[in-house]
Amino acid sequence: MELAYTDKQQAFRREIRTWLAANVPAEPLQSFDTAEGFRQHRAWEAKLNSGRWGMVTWPEELGGRGCDLIEWQIFEEEYWRAGAPLRVNQNGIFLLGPTLMEYGTAEQKRRFLPKMATGEEVWCQGWSEPGAGSDMAAIRSRAERQGDHYVINGQKTWSTRAVWADWCFGMFRTDPASERHHGLTFILVPLNLEGITVRPIPQLDGLPGFAEIFFDNVKVPLDCRLGEEGKGWKVAMATAGFERGLMLRSPARFQQTAARLVQLYRANRASADRDPTVREAVLRAWMDAEAYCLTTYQTACRLNAGGKIGEESSTNKIFWSELDQRMHETALGILGARAELWPHAPDAGDVGTWLDGFLFAQSGSIYAGANEIQRNIIAQRMLGMPRA
Amino acid sequence: MDFRFSDDQRLFQRTVREFLVAEVTPERIRAAWQTPTGRSDELWSQLAGLGLTGLTIAEEHGGLGMSELDFVLLAEEMGYVALPEPLIDTVLVGAPLLARCGNAALASEWLPRVAAGDAKLAVGLACHPLVADAHVADLLLLQHGDEMHAVPRAEVTLTANECLDPSRRLFRVDWTPSASTCIAAGAAGRALLGAALDRGALGAAAQCLGLTQRMIDLAVAYTRDRKQFGQAIGTFQAVQHLMANVAVKLEYAKAPVHRAAHDVAHDAARAAVSVSHAKIAASEAALLAARNSIQVHGAMGYTWEVDLHIFAKRAWTLDNAWGDRALHKLRVADCVLADDAAIGAGATF
Repeated sequence: MELAYTDKQQAFRREIRTWLAANVPAEPLQSFDTAEGFRQHRAWEAKLNSGRWGMVTWPEELGGRGCDLIEWQIFEEEYWRAGAPLRVNQNGIFLLGPTLMEYGTAEQKRRFLPKMATGEEVWCQGWSEPGAGSDMAAIRSRAERQGDHYVINGQKTWSTRAVWADWCFGMFRTDPASERHHGLTFILVPLNLEGITVRPIPQLDGLPGFAEIFFDNVKVPLDCRLGEEGKGWKVAMATAGFERGLMLRSPARFQQTAARLVQLYRANRASADRDPTVREAVLRAWMDAEAYCLTTYQTACRLNAGGKIGEESSTNKIFWSELDQRMHETALGILGARAELWPHAPDAGDVGTWLDGFLFAQSGSIYAGANEIQRNIIAQRMLGMPRA
Repeated sequence: MDFRFSDDQRLFQRTVREFLVAEVTPERIRAAWQTPTGRSDELWSQLAGLGLTGLTIAEEHGGLGMSELDFVLLAEEMGYVALPEPLIDTVLVGAPLLARCGNAALASEWLPRVAAGDAKLAVGLACHPLVADAHVADLLLLQHGDEMHAVPRAEVTLTANECLDPSRRLFRVDWTPSASTCIAAGAAGRALLGAALDRGALGAAAQCLGLTQRMIDLAVAYTRDRKQFGQAIGTFQAVQHLMANVAVKLEYAKAPVHRAAHDVAHDAARAAVSVSHAKIAASEAALLAARNSIQVHGAMGYTWEVDLHIFAKRAWTLDNAWGDRALHKLRVADCVLADDAAIGAGATF
């Protein structure tokens, strides 16, 4: 066991720190759930990519740096430490990208990955349907093979950033006689095709972060299929694995929130200590964020050495999502009567972005597989408890 | 950066696990409850035969010269079987204190005997006024203010205090500090006492990981066998989620314990906060494991007959051993709430 960074890792940290210091916008970008904010974030992705910092874990020939998972942690630590913008194309670069590398043809990789890396093509997900949420195998949207294309009919929902995105990836039922997770196919769909209607759904903050996508005889070329026809579930599980796992929610994000919570507590201690549970909650935030970081490094080292991510990765999603909720609840408690004010309200003072974070934290235990589903997976696959 | 144990360390862990699971059975533990000392000379000889009593002791004193990192995985296995013998107190806490107290004659006198399995050590700190296993210890390492004293058992008077865990034997120790028993004072004394606390808390935390896993295993097995409403109770989501919550707690307590072992092994400046974090996290996992495992056992979980209580009681007593919750939370607070605290992304290593 060696818990120190190598010279190369330290040099890598210095390099990204220097680049971010020179390039991160001084003023925070607008929300990427607004037209202008989306444009700003897309431009930021292009800038990141111009420094070859867009997708550091991707291979060099695809515009990445071939970083291993420890370097990925270092990148994320510096990125969050610098307060750099959220990744508008996270569904593409963190979820679809790795899946494409595993299941895509050479042509698909060449076609999709570079434009994903520059932010030229922003991706959204097409999993959930009105009748298929946690029960993803209940998908009913159809893709019927006709000659050199699929004809898609149906409806997807809760597609984050679909209002502005260029492409959607999702699962469609190609075998009408199939049931459950059989007969599903993973298809990449450009959102500008005839027959597609995207209807925005305002989220808790009032902005159209979600959308429904309606498909009415949409013709998609066969080469937009990822993996084999009828084997979409397997491909999708790879994506879900990445999502739950190391890429989407690296510890740095929560360590920064915990550090901000410590600062908030220290700055408001006289008032905060009127509630004797606050100090405990602040310390717990730090400890849990630290535990998430330590555990992630342990996993990353194991994977770097050729190990596989296992069912224990289902614990990851529960841990960070509930940590995020507790931290934001604690912060609002410290802010007291000011907590309900949006930062732009004239009397908001220095409330910061806690309220926005609090709202977003509510979604963490739902997206990427509701925590109840994660607990089922842990019980049945990790602990070996019997299935009904 | 390589946050992994070596293949040798994992192999040693498996060897020790196989031995402990075969030898330290619930039946043997229950049998020991009925004996005057609650301890087995035969088992201690077996542990010595595996090299465990000399694991952290230098080769020049007849030990294996291994580190806390080698020991921590074994301590997890000792927790898994709820080993009653004072192996952790002797090997992870006591022996390294003798080795580093600066008294070479004392170290030369005792460490070879400890390594050979011929002597046991007990450690008493002010944060826990009663001393575990003082009755079988040959030498007691006792706190007196900011001094550490080494006192042979013949020179102390013991008063037994019965406690929750029938395997745990606690004693009030009456003794008289003297210049001849003092092995470290002042700054050296405080350093040694700090090391004792860190090592004891690390050992408790590692045991809690093993205890948690054992209680999960027992409860999961029970939910497969026990049928209600015509099916195994483990099929019910409410029951599954009780155990899933324990698994989550355990999963995120492991790395902090391993990090703490690393920091203790390297005398890292931040060992105190690493150990306290590990102790809090592992203890909470074990407490939740006890609570939820009893719950899924139903009324059986509230009986003396089911083995679960062997492990639950160890978890409950370790929670406040080697520093209670308040002590460890204060040590975390001292670090995290300090003006110059190094926290946030990138500050972990």
